[in-house]
Amino acid sequence: MKRAYMDHAAATPVRPEVLEAMLPFFVERFGNPSAVYDLGSEIKEVMEEQRGKVARLLGARADEIIFTSSGAEANNLAIKGMAQATYLKRGKHLIVSGIEHHSVLNSARFLEKFFDFEVTFLPVDRYGRVDPERLQKAFSPATVMVSVQHGSNEIGTVQDIPELVAMCRAAGIPFHTDAVATAGQVPVDVQELGVDLLSISGPALGAPKGIGALYFRNKLRLVPQLNGGIQESGRRGGTENIPGIVGLGRAAELALRELEGKAAYLAKLRDRLIAGVQKAVPHVFFTGHPENRVPGHASFCIEGIEGEALIFMLSSQGIYANTGSACASKALKTSPVLGAIGIRPDLAQGSIVFTLSRDNREQDVDYVLEHLPLAVEKLRSFSPVWRKKMAEGAGV
Amino acid sequence: MKFIDNYQADATADLVYRACPMHLLEPMELMKDLKKGQVLEILTDYDGALEDIPAWCAKNGQEFIGISEDGCDDCYKLYIKKLS
Repeated sequence: MKRAYMDHAAATPVRPEVLEAMLPFFVERFGNPSAVYDLGSEIKEVMEEQRGKVARLLGARADEIIFTSSGAEANNLAIKGMAQATYLKRGKHLIVSGIEHHSVLNSARFLEKFFDFEVTFLPVDRYGRVDPERLQKAFSPATVMVSVQHGSNEIGTVQDIPELVAMCRAAGIPFHTDAVATAGQVPVDVQELGVDLLSISGPALGAPKGIGALYFRNKLRLVPQLNGGIQESGRRGGTENIPGIVGLGRAAELALRELEGKAAYLAKLRDRLIAGVQKAVPHVFFTGHPENRVPGHASFCIEGIEGEALIFMLSSQGIYANTGSACASKALKTSPVLGAIGIRPDLAQGSIVFTLSRDNREQDVDYVLEHLPLAVEKLRSFSPVWRKKMAEGAGV
Repeated sequence: MKFIDNYQADATADLVYRACPMHLLEPMELMKDLKKGQVLEILTDYDGALEDIPAWCAKNGQEFIGISEDGCDDCYKLYIKKLS
């Protein structure tokens, strides 16, 4: 059976070049980088080389990169570490957008629940964009930081980060962005974005699961969230995941080299998919911004179906996509991101997200366009609510 | 312990919230880049540094100038001079 895998935001295969770079560090070169003998110090050198590669992808300095276990850990360290480091001087107010990843939203809620922080969850417009004026109105003298996602993993919208950063900088408020969905897809340069903290994830770049990184602007203080020893210059305890770090370094190197052509390639495939779905599937609602979006990201809400059922049905044809929010999906809850952009709860149930990679081809898109309309039609035929609605002449 | 006012330093090591023994490791590295007579300022929130830094200076032939709490709400400022 043909396979069209389009759930790269959830998991990507490790690139062969990345795996090849990692392999010696499982058995032959296994030393602990904190050890003082040569087996350790040579691994420390390798680790610092990788830090430099990740820094180059982000336009940062090597000593501004902290390796973490994931993008989620990077987000936790950024939000909690920064808030805990600065609240004595500034206060206990935090601003995050309402459409952040759970690792940001729940870090904010953690501070609210256990440290008495006040959190402003910024509303967004129908495309998922943060309104700069509303951000500015949310500022208070007690605001310790602002966190707004660079690109949404759920609706694909890319925010105008420099504009938001400029406002925060004028008010002296540090700015964090979660760039897990965008790093390696579009240029992510911390100098151009102006951010103080930025999170990335290894798997999104073709590195293995279990590795991520946080950029923090030089001189910023962070309270470690994993207490331990001198690893990561005393900012994150735990013996470093050297194979993962080598994988991330190699993936970052490849991502930087391939950036220009990749974005154009993915955008072309994405636009073919979006146009095809809108043409072939009636009563479909495209989500996110039509232009300012992650190149490989296409997201929709399809009326009259359950997203989970559609994903399951498509997988039987070798087509792999996602409903957008794994947590909300498994609990059969409405995605908070779709709620925040004003999608009705019944329509939000029909969410489907395709995330493409350089491995996808036009034939994959055409294969989806062949099977998706049939699957939607079949699922709708099972739905008495849908049949009644059609009989009444209602739609999106 | 010798308390002093803020001192004009040639370099600063900000080790606030960094795990022990970064309050020793990073100053040791930075001291390599300083010239004789130059002063390193060490910012730390680690109480143990108040004993460790003077002891390290005594053992390694460097001068411990003193400690200041001025302008640092959540940390100590320790000053050491490179002698050798």
